[in-house]
Amino acid sequence: MSSLSTLAKTSDRAFPFAAELMGVLSIAALGVLGFLLFPDDLAFLTRLIGITLLVLSLDLVTGYCGIATLGHAALFGVSAYAVGNACIGGIREPILLLGVGIVAGAITGAISGALITRFRGLPQLVLSIAIGQLVAALANKLSSVTGGSDGLSGITPDPVLGLFRFDMFSRTAFAFSLIVLAVVFVLLLRFVRSPFGLLCRGIRDDDLRAQMIGAVVYPRLVIMYAVSGAVAGVGGALNAMTAGVVGLDSVSFERSAEVLVMLVLGGAGNLWGALFGSVVFQIFEHIVSATNPFHWMTLVGLLLIAIVLFAPRGLSQGVVVLWSKVFRRGGRP
Amino acid sequence: MTDLLALDKVSRAFGGLRVNENISFRLAPGDRVALIGPNGAGKTTLVNVISGGFAPTSGTLHLEGDDITRLNIPARVQRGLVRTFQVTRLFATLTAADNVALAIMQRRGLTRRFFSAATNAPEVRTEWEQLLGTLGIAHLARITVSQLAYGQQRLLELAIGLALNPKVLLLDEPAAGVPHDEAPKILEAIERLPADIAVLMIEHDMDLVFRFAKRVLVLANGRLIFEGTPQAVTADPEVRRAYLGSYADARRPA
Ligand SMILES: Nc1ncnc2c1ncn2[C@@H]1O[C@H](COP(=O)(O)OP(=O)(O)OP(=O)(O)O)[C@@H](O)[C@H]1O
Ligand SMILES: [Mg+2]
Repeated sequence: MSSLSTLAKTSDRAFPFAAELMGVLSIAALGVLGFLLFPDDLAFLTRLIGITLLVLSLDLVTGYCGIATLGHAALFGVSAYAVGNACIGGIREPILLLGVGIVAGAITGAISGALITRFRGLPQLVLSIAIGQLVAALANKLSSVTGGSDGLSGITPDPVLGLFRFDMFSRTAFAFSLIVLAVVFVLLLRFVRSPFGLLCRGIRDDDLRAQMIGAVVYPRLVIMYAVSGAVAGVGGALNAMTAGVVGLDSVSFERSAEVLVMLVLGGAGNLWGALFGSVVFQIFEHIVSATNPFHWMTLVGLLLIAIVLFAPRGLSQGVVVLWSKVFRRGGRP
Repeated sequence: MTDLLALDKVSRAFGGLRVNENISFRLAPGDRVALIGPNGAGKTTLVNVISGGFAPTSGTLHLEGDDITRLNIPARVQRGLVRTFQVTRLFATLTAADNVALAIMQRRGLTRRFFSAATNAPEVRTEWEQLLGTLGIAHLARITVSQLAYGQQRLLELAIGLALNPKVLLLDEPAAGVPHDEAPKILEAIERLPADIAVLMIEHDMDLVFRFAKRVLVLANGRLIFEGTPQAVTADPEVRRAYLGSYADARRPA
């Protein structure tokens, strides 16, 4: 045992950033793969990255804190509208606009989190839907700010770092989004393993136990919601900047439901699960809906049923189990 | 005021059912007290009332002279009032090490950190390694709680309690479900605690009670019917009657 723990200790010290490096390399590899698979459709990949950030954001509250929500698109959409308005209002610097999205998302997250985390179970779920619907209704009504059903258009940010213009082939948009995703992903990998992240997982497992070690649960959940909002805000900001328009779809119930499906598909409570669930789902959707637009949802349904039956903890966990079976590690499922 | 914990006329009822009635006792620094009583006597309920899970219907609680009757659970824990659960409550998807490390980090105010190392931070790690070692479960540190045997989970439950550096430690049947040959580890771990803290242990095994306690409280039908030495308790006629009653109850077909 002591030799084992010294081994673990030295390996910790020898390579403290292994997970972070894995994160950067994986996202770079996914980016290259995407570029090779869809060289003419970088706009699709860029959109995919924005949604992936929303799925990661959802994982923070649903996967890591056990909060059920079907209104998460609100955080994404509010940020996208905020960034759109800021850009039209004259703030054109992309990094600054990211900041606007982060702040808008964090504030929206803190407010909705303060309401939603007061409740548990079904009331919580219903409240999250209500908040989502409220935001969607406001987006529709406040057309002076959101453009209503026409959407908010004319969002033209400056070149990134003053050098890279957003081009019509979405090259800059794709590269910029990919780098932002890599940075956020690495930060989140560290964040979820921090003492705060661990406590959130503890709260998810057993709220009363967490209180009995002296933790005040409610403010932690609100903070986590704000962080989640900030991450969704990055996604919303990217979406607004790279698409140039923000539509009602960005706050829709369908969007909220879809990202939850992606998260379950990949495996909640695991950032890798969120990442792969989002990528696999959207590529699947992109290909299948192009070849068979009428039955694509049927296929998604079948895929989900298969996942729930054969890998109930999501694709990422299914891969881990398969891996350990193939290599006869005798690992625990 | 030398008492660590003082209960004055504490009662708790569920609807019409009076589960705790007019309970008063004190715990002083260094106390090692056993709380015994038949099944359903209200022992766990009393621990719930003291730890803040249930508000008392009437009566007051003081910790180191301060009225804590209205404090919430985390505030009591932060003041050093710690309990363990009769039915283990652990962070089931986390490892044994994570479970204890969380208690350590929470006690030290480290859980507000967003980007630093958690369980493997050196100062946290030495502490949980030592605690798990004391209870003989260091080799299980990296195993997820839901994969542990029940007896091992019981020991982990105790480890979390100890990790909080309690001033008053309430143990709800810590040995129940622990294999017989491992039960002495529980007593050993308690003996290593600082001498000036107070420990109240609910226990059915009279062997353990005799080895652990210098004072015994007996609860029957929600009332405290006896307070005295372990030697005196077995001779007390009222205690014998209470236990005979529960024995008769237990034999009744369910
Ligand atoms: N939340 C509750 N609501 C209603 N009744 C309760 C509640 N908790 C406990 N009781 C009742 O209070 C009585 C005492 O229960 P308690 O768990 O305190 O007994 P105990 O002395 O710990 O018993 P055991 O030795 O079996 O652990 C029981 O009759 C139980 O049904
Ligand atoms: Mg009990």
